[in-house]
Amino acid sequence: MGFDPSYSIRKFKSVGTRPIRLDGVDKVTGRARYGADFNMPGQLVGRILRSPHSHARIRRIDTSKAETLKGVKAVITAADLPDLTNGNTAMHEILDNCMARKKALYDGHAVAAVAAVDARTAREALELIEVDYEVLAHVTDVDEAMKASAPLLHETIFTDGIDPKPTKPSNIAKRSQYGHGDVEAGFRDADAIVERSFKTEQTHQGYIEPHACVASVNPDGTCELWVCTQGHFVYRQQCAELLGLDVSKLRVTSSEIGGGFGGKTHIWSEPVALALSRKAGRPVKLVMSREEVFRASGPTSATSIDVKIGARKNGTITAASATLRYSCGPYTGMWAELGAMTSFACYNLKNVKTVGYEVLVNRPKTAAYRAPSAPMAAFAVESVIDELAQKIGMNSLELRIKNAAREGSKSSYGPVYGPIGIGPTLEAAQKHPHMKAPLGKNQGRGMACGFWFNFGGQTCTDLNVGADGTVTLTVGTVDVGGSRAALALVAAEELGIPYAQVQTVVADTGSLGYNDMTDGSRGTFSSSMATISASRNAIQVMRERAARMWDIPVSDVAWEDGQARAKGEKHGNLAPLSVKDLAAAAAKTGGPIAGHSELVADGAGVSFATHICDVEVDPETGATKVLRYTVLQDAGKAVHPTYVEGQYQGGAAQGIGWALNEEYVYGEDGRLQNPGFLDYRVPVCSDLPMIDTQILEIPNPNHPYGVRGVGETSIVPPLAAVANAVSSAVGVRMTHIPMSPPRILAALEAERAS
Amino acid sequence: MVEVTLWGSLGAATGGKEKLEVEAKDIRELFRKLAEQYPGLGAFIERGIAVSIDGVIYRDTWSKELPEGSEIFLLPRLAGG
Repeated sequence: MGFDPSYSIRKFKSVGTRPIRLDGVDKVTGRARYGADFNMPGQLVGRILRSPHSHARIRRIDTSKAETLKGVKAVITAADLPDLTNGNTAMHEILDNCMARKKALYDGHAVAAVAAVDARTAREALELIEVDYEVLAHVTDVDEAMKASAPLLHETIFTDGIDPKPTKPSNIAKRSQYGHGDVEAGFRDADAIVERSFKTEQTHQGYIEPHACVASVNPDGTCELWVCTQGHFVYRQQCAELLGLDVSKLRVTSSEIGGGFGGKTHIWSEPVALALSRKAGRPVKLVMSREEVFRASGPTSATSIDVKIGARKNGTITAASATLRYSCGPYTGMWAELGAMTSFACYNLKNVKTVGYEVLVNRPKTAAYRAPSAPMAAFAVESVIDELAQKIGMNSLELRIKNAAREGSKSSYGPVYGPIGIGPTLEAAQKHPHMKAPLGKNQGRGMACGFWFNFGGQTCTDLNVGADGTVTLTVGTVDVGGSRAALALVAAEELGIPYAQVQTVVADTGSLGYNDMTDGSRGTFSSSMATISASRNAIQVMRERAARMWDIPVSDVAWEDGQARAKGEKHGNLAPLSVKDLAAAAAKTGGPIAGHSELVADGAGVSFATHICDVEVDPETGATKVLRYTVLQDAGKAVHPTYVEGQYQGGAAQGIGWALNEEYVYGEDGRLQNPGFLDYRVPVCSDLPMIDTQILEIPNPNHPYGVRGVGETSIVPPLAAVANAVSSAVGVRMTHIPMSPPRILAALEAERAS
Repeated sequence: MVEVTLWGSLGAATGGKEKLEVEAKDIRELFRKLAEQYPGLGAFIERGIAVSIDGVIYRDTWSKELPEGSEIFLLPRLAGG
């Protein structure tokens, strides 16, 4: 019988408690092994040569001098990574990003790599590689790149999504559109309309651990890759495809991860490390510097967004529209499309239209960053909602509640919603003491809502009962935020045993079936579903073993409170059998006791959050201090509430940094000016107040415990919540993120001048 | 017979049609028939299309049944972080 993931009400014993995480001791004592902590005998040091130009044709690369340097064991260029993508555009773009083939498309684009006996020799070798560039005109700004006069990144890109298809190439890779109703008619019905344009700058996920891997390709075709990643099975698949390897011969082990947030869902230097190892015949360790991380991995889109919303005096929104332009780096993406889908997802709208444009620029390839694309769209929409409320003389929270989407609302991206949590988070905000706290001089309060889809995916889990009755749970989703503890709680809950009796490990790709990566807030949602399924399969095995030991039909054996119990009066004198009892007898009742599960965890419930933020702005310096911050979010069911709160707080902290300081700064020469944490300012503990959280639990009907993903939504509202707070504090509508001190002072100056 | 609503970008592959009627019992049959009737959709299906059935988004469960009268939307396969 198949596994039924439907939600049913139950009383929990383990789920919902807050035990210490299984990986906690290793992490606080420095024993945990991250990407750069692994070494292999005979390993070489890999280094990558990167383009200093943001747009240049590569005429010739001469590696001969580097190859003759003593200690150099391999030098590679794109020629060593032949195109095996067989017309797969997405894979070809990944290949081109890992190593430029004909053109360097951004400052920092890899053009060659070396493997040498030590770091010094590797660096020297890079200096000996001669690259003959034909420097081309570049464009790094999203609006500039859309102009007909802009330098073209690719002669082969013709805007997709326009009928008829354009005949001239363009940096606008794709147009997408969502919505329903008649927005023009809706705007005619409005008593008040607010229309504004916004910009957000490019940010990096800012994970503290740089990309790092050790690759070893053996002469017999077997390979190993130790790597810091959010998805080692996906890395295996993509690396094997790009290098022409057999998937089963490439074993990938994921290290502990010092932050990913979407940036480690993409392969960057791993194929390069494998290609170097293949050529050198020795293992190669490749660790990116912080500068390389900024210049050549990760960033989110820079955006330019126009929003228009109309409402009647009673607060009913009559129409809403948005045009969203998102930078993609040099390769096509779906970043603006995600912005177009999520912009108005919090609201029940009769007339709505969003249009997204994917724009190619000479910046690093855009990568996912926690609810990718939604924070920028929410910033623009929630700022206009705030202003609209002021215009019609209504409290902005009441305006949001009045127009909030609910079960049965047609979402702005199409489908009708099932049970959702936007209304409850807004109502919880209304009741929260934070909303009534007094504010002082130069202080302001802002709030905002946010939405993210969440998804599930392919998942495989093993549960093995040891000879002493303790349990090993083997999962394939990388633990990015405490999922090993959460999944141990789930196994303990199902089996009816203590949490301490379960150990969760993340398996390498050779030890478990394929798992999609930990993204889309799917780690705990998906793997808990598979853990429940595997646990129930193991329970079935244990019931059969008990039946064998008692010599009664298995139908007479129940599983209650972690024990097999014989049902019915005729078996009343049989003492229950614990997991330990059954494990001890396993060798004589049929061998090892295990449960397995492979499934597609679809049906992830959509997620909503409401944030409240208080700030104080120094009008002399433009510096903003966040005084108080509250996150209210639906978790469906919080398996381990502490780690759910951690996700809420982490997303808010990153969003606050994005709102106030973080920004890629490019010079006129198209080069990144601030590739380091001194000049790219992420918030540190002393910048932030304790972020207060409130978990709401509106069960997801498509998970046995009602679990929803929680990892991403918390980064969606902060840009808008902080912007609304700052706008309130300074009395000027802030339309450009980040609201760094110079930008706030400029806005105040412009206001005074006008 | 189920009615399927397409997202905007798919319109070019279906001659501008936003809604299609398809005789299909599950997602697998839906994709097979869509690819047969509208060959331009084949590339999209290959790249990955998510199917929303009464508001619940399915990315990979091709065996999911399509109940008569249910609301069915095709959506692009989402990226996450």
